[in-house]
Amino acid sequence: MSTVTNAPETHKPVSGVREFWHYFSQNRGAVIGLIVLLIMVLIALFAPVLAPHAPELQYRDALLKPPAWQEGGSWTYVLGTDPVGRDMLSRLMYGARFSLVIGVVVVVLALVGGVTLGLVAGYFRGWVDIVIMRVMDIILAFPSLLLALVLVAVLGPGLVNAMLAIAIVLQPHFARLVRAAVMAESSRDYVTSARLAGASHLRLMLVTILPNCVAPLIVQATLSFSSAILDAAALGFLGLGAQPPTPEWGTMLATAREFILRAPWVVTFPGLAILITVLAINLIGDGLRDALDPKLKRS
Amino acid sequence: MLKYILNRLLLVIPTLIGITICSFGFVRLIPGDPILALSGERGVTAERYATLVEKYGFDRPIWEQYFRYLGQVVRGDFGDSLATHRPVVEEFLKLFPATVELGIFALIFAIVIGVPAGIFAAVKRGTWLDQGLMGTALVGYSMPIFWWGLLMIIFFSGYLGWTPVSGRIGLQFFMKPVTGFMLVDSLLAGNFNAFVSALRHLILPTIVLGTIPLAVIARQTRSAMLEVMGEDYVRTARAKGLSGRRVIGLHALRNALIPVVTTIGLQVGVLMGGAILTETIFSWPGIGRWLVDSIYKRDYAVVQNGLLIVAVIVMIVNLFVDLLYAVINPRIRVQSS
Repeated sequence: MSTVTNAPETHKPVSGVREFWHYFSQNRGAVIGLIVLLIMVLIALFAPVLAPHAPELQYRDALLKPPAWQEGGSWTYVLGTDPVGRDMLSRLMYGARFSLVIGVVVVVLALVGGVTLGLVAGYFRGWVDIVIMRVMDIILAFPSLLLALVLVAVLGPGLVNAMLAIAIVLQPHFARLVRAAVMAESSRDYVTSARLAGASHLRLMLVTILPNCVAPLIVQATLSFSSAILDAAALGFLGLGAQPPTPEWGTMLATAREFILRAPWVVTFPGLAILITVLAINLIGDGLRDALDPKLKRS
Repeated sequence: MLKYILNRLLLVIPTLIGITICSFGFVRLIPGDPILALSGERGVTAERYATLVEKYGFDRPIWEQYFRYLGQVVRGDFGDSLATHRPVVEEFLKLFPATVELGIFALIFAIVIGVPAGIFAAVKRGTWLDQGLMGTALVGYSMPIFWWGLLMIIFFSGYLGWTPVSGRIGLQFFMKPVTGFMLVDSLLAGNFNAFVSALRHLILPTIVLGTIPLAVIARQTRSAMLEVMGEDYVRTARAKGLSGRRVIGLHALRNALIPVVTTIGLQVGVLMGGAILTETIFSWPGIGRWLVDSIYKRDYAVVQNGLLIVAVIVMIVNLFVDLLYAVINPRIRVQSS
């Protein structure tokens, strides 16, 4: 009988969260993205405290003031003012609220819709599956921004309709993902044993199978979060999303467009805010994929 | 092989029917009277209203209306624009070359830079070059392109004065549309100055529209290369003593390009979406701007059928990509023959 001569280092069982964090934190970009996103969330939450001015207050004596570091700028309006004299920095801070809320609402809508359809399609198969997946194929056949645009044209312009349209456009990705995962899991032994033990369809779908499809869903949700923000800003830019004077970043860009050559800052900063937020979320998404994808894990 | 193609073709039919149902249902989803929606904002006389009800068959059952619509679409009759009263197809064909010309340039721009960038990043994996290239690609991927376009205009047109701000060609040139492609038409007319003008107008829209496909292609090429470089046949090629360049170029790249081709094909849908924004920013007279303008003008006949035509084109391109994938991928090719 062999004896253990050299006691190995004591390995505490690693909790799921800690293991996840171990892999996630190895990706420097993802950690930076997470920090940036947290800062954005804090700015959005505390906008009324942090913003130096009210976002819709027009200073008639300070139209199109350049940022503080440029000639003619002042520290009262750090990032300058827009064509009707509103403080850019304050509007950007309030704008963070819109973008983050848009992202969350769209992802939740798309997630709930997509997961439900995907679960039903993958679990019951047959004609239910065929009908659901063909409808998803049809949605995917349209270029997403174009479909969202047309849906908004039908529903009427506005932020709520824009969010709804983007959620409809994004949900087939969730449905496809969940369906594939459910089909792979359904034939596993643990599902069969739960079924034999008398679990109901609902229990099998939600309690037994769904938790095992969570990893790819999280990654997809992150990707959708960033595309929701981008698409909503694009709709705002085209005048079909949030309506002025809402300080939504895309809408701010649209109203400032005609001043691009005279006052570049009214265009530069809202776009930069969109880019930074979307980039941060995509960095997190890359990190999540590396951390959650078992194929890439090298233990 | 034939079975694969037939299978894939059969799958198109339900999608195609679904797309027509969508564009058919679209006008009926608009709150209010579809006749009023289709007749624009000026309204109609009672007499004209009756003619329109008759013409569109709104007094018939809904399924009959649909089959009637389907019949018209199959015959290539997409109705008339409410704003110009010209056939939607005619307007589409007039503007489509502009979108295709821009799209081709954007795709070439994305491939010519994206594929080598992805290969370099994969070969130099983990170095600063890899991190720099992939960092840049992620920025490109996250770019709000409507803002990117405005920045380009501020810098290259406003600050440096190098490129025109908008349009397809200088106002002093009038090109008789032969092919509809401004570069080809100007060459056919033998007008070199017009050609240069058209080329200069293409630069900024090409970069803006090509940015996201470029980022996607670069990322995809890198990951495909990395996957292939770990395969046995690449290791064997190295072990045989082939030069690094030969291994990368001949053995790895050829196989890595298979998924990249699919990615490139799928960018056509992305380009159509991007065209909406790019064409709006640069006042490019193409399909994207036409659709946005029609939405503003509530020209529902154009929106309805423009959407249908674009979706069908994207679907056909995706079909070709799938078939091409089967042709170039030896695994599918051999398996099915």
